[in-house]
Amino acid sequence: MIISFLLLASLTIIGTAAAMSLKNLVHCVLALTLGLVGLAGLYLQLGAQFVGFTQILVYVGAVAILAAFAIMMTRSADPTLSNATATFRTSGAVVAVVVFAVLAWAIYYGTAHQPIFTAQPEGSVGQVGLALMHHFVLPLEVIGLLLTAALIGAGILAMDEHRGNQ
Amino acid sequence: MPEIIDQIFVVIKHWFMGYVPGGIQPLASAVLSVVPVMIVFPVLFAITTVLERKGLGRMQNRYGPNRAGWFGILQPMADGVKSLTKEDIVPRTADQLVHFLAPVMLVIASFLVYAVLPIGRNMVIANLNAGVLFFFAIGSMVELSVFMAGWSSHSKYSLLGAMRAIAQMISYEMPLVLASVVVIMAAGSLSTVTIVNMQAGYTWIWPHWYVFTPWGFTGFVIFMIAATAESNRCPFDMPEGESEIIAGYYIEYSGFKFALFFLGEYLGMFATSAMAITLFLGGWAAPFSFLTWIPSYVWFFAKLLAIIFAFIWVRGTLPRLRMDQLMNFAWKFMLPLSLINIVGAGIWHFMPAGFGRWGVVSLLVALSCVLLSRGLRRNKWFHVRTYRFAT
Repeated sequence: MIISFLLLASLTIIGTAAAMSLKNLVHCVLALTLGLVGLAGLYLQLGAQFVGFTQILVYVGAVAILAAFAIMMTRSADPTLSNATATFRTSGAVVAVVVFAVLAWAIYYGTAHQPIFTAQPEGSVGQVGLALMHHFVLPLEVIGLLLTAALIGAGILAMDEHRGNQ
Repeated sequence: MPEIIDQIFVVIKHWFMGYVPGGIQPLASAVLSVVPVMIVFPVLFAITTVLERKGLGRMQNRYGPNRAGWFGILQPMADGVKSLTKEDIVPRTADQLVHFLAPVMLVIASFLVYAVLPIGRNMVIANLNAGVLFFFAIGSMVELSVFMAGWSSHSKYSLLGAMRAIAQMISYEMPLVLASVVVIMAAGSLSTVTIVNMQAGYTWIWPHWYVFTPWGFTGFVIFMIAATAESNRCPFDMPEGESEIIAGYYIEYSGFKFALFFLGEYLGMFATSAMAITLFLGGWAAPFSFLTWIPSYVWFFAKLLAIIFAFIWVRGTLPRLRMDQLMNFAWKFMLPLSLINIVGAGIWHFMPAGFGRWGVVSLLVALSCVLLSRGLRRNKWFHVRTYRFAT
């Protein structure tokens, strides 16, 4: 248990660290994907099958591919020369420290003294479904509406450009 | 007696496990489940390559491979030896590490999805709670390996092939997933074993497979078309169109890495076909109640071979689509139809059993199919083409 946790945690940390430090943007995307897979492994280790597989499906299957596509479409023809600009170093460090402080404060004063595993999750996929359909049905509908609006907006943007060319 | 033959592999495994000391039993159990799958499906790949070449030859009025062994049966062995002994060429400007990792990752992802596929009664490696989700999650890793292969080769053809492949795979993944949603709705579970069990039982001699309902049939057809596109096979073989971009994303691969791409592609095709069998064709169940004495794994592989034959048939019949036709078909026909199909499955669930719901759901699906295909044809003018050649 502890060995697999250490392996997955080191995979996640190495992946994300490499994503920040590598020069080649495509390598950064691939390293970030590795980190996200490690995170999915951590979810699976905690018994959250649905969250773990959804993490892989969304982040590896969609977000990583989207990032790779964006790099290939927007950068110059030779993506190996593209270099991550490092002009936001100070502000980035400040943001990182603030986020870390807030998280550490929340963990330290929050639920740290409570046991995390109160009950073994059983049939977590069914539980997630029931929670979404009963307790969180309104947020779900709002998110659905938002995503539909975004989809239609993207379609309209693409369509106008197409008409202008004709 | 039929029960013993049906369960013979399970019984042998349990018998063997009795001799394994307790400490390494989980490991031994996992190895005993995984190794047969890792042997059987590559062997099926070898058989399929020769079947495909013979079948295509038959359809194109030629012999196909007929030199190695009787009627060319040993052709896969010759191919294997050839690809093992060929030089492994890596382009000088290629990204060495990513170039190496791409085929490895493709084959790993292709093998991983077999973990949740039930190939017989009590014969599944891992009965996961979210099995179908696992299947699609791991399947999406294939796209990443295609991108890695296309980008790392540092060649225009590879990059073009990878872009085509990824655009096509993303577009057809949505109908693929949405077509399987109807089955998840009907079975009320994401576990592949539960889905197969929900389709068990017979009315008179006919099975309760989901393909024998209006929404199930529509879902099956959508699933199979999307599966053809996902595995980059004809008529959706744009990413590797030999006449346009030579071989697409794996043009810069040679020797055994090329063979690994080939293997990964076929393993992906088998896995999606097996998923279609699990979701719509009752898994390992017999098609008639009087044939249940035949072992379950025989039925599974019979169905798999039937679907493979259909794939070969389609490849020998249909010409390749154009990119805009491909995208229009995915976004303007398959996606709306699969969404309407989900509504149809919901109506089916809430209407009383009988001919009424058959009529309503069939009408809904057929009407939307006709209207959507008419929408695809809009602003298009079909006529006899006249070609003008340069003089």
